[in-house]
Amino acid sequence: MSETILNEPQTLEINFGPQHPSTHGVFRMRAVLDGETIRGLKLVIGYLHRNHEQIAENLTYPGVFAYTDRLDYLNSMQNNFGYALAAEKLAGITVPERAEYIRVIMAELARIVNHLLLVGFLLNDLGAFFTPCLYAVRERERILDIFEDVSGSRMMCNYFRFGGVKNDLTENQLGEIRKVVSRLPAFLDEFEALLSKNEILCMRCQNVGGLPKDLAVNAGITGPMLRASGINYDIRKTDRYSIYDRFDFKVPLGQKGDVYDRYYVRILEMRESVKIVEQAIAGIPRGEFLNAKTLPLLRNPRLFKPAAGEAYGRIESPKGELGYYLVSDGTPQPWRYHVRAPSLINLTVLEEMCVGQKIADAIVILGSIDIVLGETDR
Amino acid sequence: MDTQISEVKTQLETGLPDVKLRTIGNSILLENPEDLVRAAFFLKEAPAFRLDYLSSITAADYLDYLESVYHLYSMEKKTGPIVLRVRVKREAPRVPSLVPVYRSADLQEREAYDTFGIVYEGHPDLRRLFLWEGFEGYPLRKDYRQEDTDVLEIADIEWLEKHGVNVPEKFKTQARELAAAGKRALSEKPAQPRN
Amino acid sequence: MTRPQIAKEKNPVFGTGILQGMWVTMKNFIDSYFKKADQGGIFTIQYPEELCRISENSRNFPFLVYDAAPDSPRCTACGICERECPTKCIHVEMAKDTAGKPLRKPAVFEIDYGLCMNCGMCEDVCPFDSIFMDRVYEIAGRDRTKDMLIGKDALLKPNAYFQKIRPKDAADIDARRKAAEAKKAAAARPATPPDAGGTAS
Repeated sequence: MSETILNEPQTLEINFGPQHPSTHGVFRMRAVLDGETIRGLKLVIGYLHRNHEQIAENLTYPGVFAYTDRLDYLNSMQNNFGYALAAEKLAGITVPERAEYIRVIMAELARIVNHLLLVGFLLNDLGAFFTPCLYAVRERERILDIFEDVSGSRMMCNYFRFGGVKNDLTENQLGEIRKVVSRLPAFLDEFEALLSKNEILCMRCQNVGGLPKDLAVNAGITGPMLRASGINYDIRKTDRYSIYDRFDFKVPLGQKGDVYDRYYVRILEMRESVKIVEQAIAGIPRGEFLNAKTLPLLRNPRLFKPAAGEAYGRIESPKGELGYYLVSDGTPQPWRYHVRAPSLINLTVLEEMCVGQKIADAIVILGSIDIVLGETDR
Repeated sequence: MDTQISEVKTQLETGLPDVKLRTIGNSILLENPEDLVRAAFFLKEAPAFRLDYLSSITAADYLDYLESVYHLYSMEKKTGPIVLRVRVKREAPRVPSLVPVYRSADLQEREAYDTFGIVYEGHPDLRRLFLWEGFEGYPLRKDYRQEDTDVLEIADIEWLEKHGVNVPEKFKTQARELAAAGKRALSEKPAQPRN
Repeated sequence: MTRPQIAKEKNPVFGTGILQGMWVTMKNFIDSYFKKADQGGIFTIQYPEELCRISENSRNFPFLVYDAAPDSPRCTACGICERECPTKCIHVEMAKDTAGKPLRKPAVFEIDYGLCMNCGMCEDVCPFDSIFMDRVYEIAGRDRTKDMLIGKDALLKPNAYFQKIRPKDAADIDARRKAAEAKKAAAARPATPPDAGGTAS
């Protein structure tokens, strides 16, 4: 946003947020408008900044888990997963078979929760006030009940541990998950009947906020947003972390990279996640849910002293690539801890997507990026 | 991954002979930070690597120097990561910006500037990202000392009194003593070097 | 990998998509009256009259367990939870007798519920099976400095309460403690030489 735009007589600079119902948190945009068309847009963030990285550097490694829950507070399971992967890489801890399956089940359920909420709130931004959103929340509720049953908490799960997970899944809980997941395809069909062909949704979303392929790659966009632009890059497939290579699932791709593609890719991803969970439940073996070597760490977190070195662990979180960069100096506290937050980096192209669109579309575009301010601001 | 690193090293050495580099573990250290943009551009364009995706930029404070770390991946070839790092002095640290090569460097360089004070030269809009303009110090550096929230400074007391708060005399004398000693109200503990 | 096609062709008649959506909302509206909660009916509850089912693993805020009397809690004021608490919301001071000798029980044990983030770390690290996560949630207060700072008296709850809220964990822990006590008692007894043929019990 250069000064020249501001100096043109017909432009008007407006402030948007930080307290605005459709910015999904304390997020602020400064938009320069010409009539209703956006000419320039700058984002102002940091209202929820708490220096997560410094807090973590003053804690023990296992103590950081509870704080990672608060990054992207809608799917704490995935945040735990990424951090566990990075720290296990750093210390060379192996994870038992059953724990890997439990992790995948939980991570995919969290992905479903995240996408459900995203689609629901995207419709809120479009003006379909809360009917689709509450249908989504209704299904999410059942998954959160499972999370509470398994981990002890609905949203701040704090369920993963180094070398496994905190509690075992009982047969009862597995049956419960199977029941919930079996309902989801029918629900998604209904959800799509409500939304996907709705003319108003199509007119508001198609050809709005397009993101070209080359810009998406260059700007480091990841997750469903990148795939909506038509690039086949899914870390579950490329890195094959955990046990994702054992499951048969597809990577949905979009064609134009507009808001509608981003919406639809997420619907399709939920269907794929359902498939993964079903396969994982069918294949889950018996065994231990926590590496026996890491049991003392639960009792005394200060025993976890990885040798000096560094590790970068990344996962495909529902929002994009969630990376954790850890540097150890051989003490129980991390020397450097960095989170590569997809919510933040996907915002890089917000201006490019919004310029030339109407101000009402900017809200929809922001909603389709899928940011959570806990992760953006850290 | 080691083979890939050594391959990158040999290719860089043949492609850009005047760039000095060495490997540290599984990463490549560029001895001269000025070479960073050329090296990144080379790796992005080289048909053998096509590292077109800059995943993460971060910095770290190692007390003797600051380090800027880059994790590069290839979306085309689905390989990676190649880790590049440059080291700069703690006083007036300057690293060339990668925004001309990778747009994804934009917000991440601002973040590293915000928390470590590394100046990314050539960045189009290098401002603090999370913290406000006028914030003193760089909070992730290891010598950073937090504000002591139990002690007030004279400026704080003036502000409070202007807004009608009755400040107890205890805080006022404390503030005067601090000002007389020429100190700021900072917490006791700076980060200790641990090894 | 086959790529799912995203169907974006226009509906033949403008408005059919909206009508279809309205049919879905109509169906959900009617279902909410006639179906069961888990099949599309109303799944909200009337909160103060009805309460949600809380699972056994559910965790909220920590509390302390005592066995016989609140004067002799399991807690020995070792301070491990205080040290490991990520938010540093626990404050422990060990009791001392008149001579100044430490008594291995807490004189002060305070938890700031306003600061606690329910992570369960204290439960994990406690070596004396003393601190556990409670499930009470109706603890709203009017003053965040006074009402949220919970002292020792309010934190101490009998073992029977713990057995009630988490029967499975409590049974495990009780069995383990009993075994440890039996072992301790056996060790305290004068040792019988093994060649004298004395049995363990």
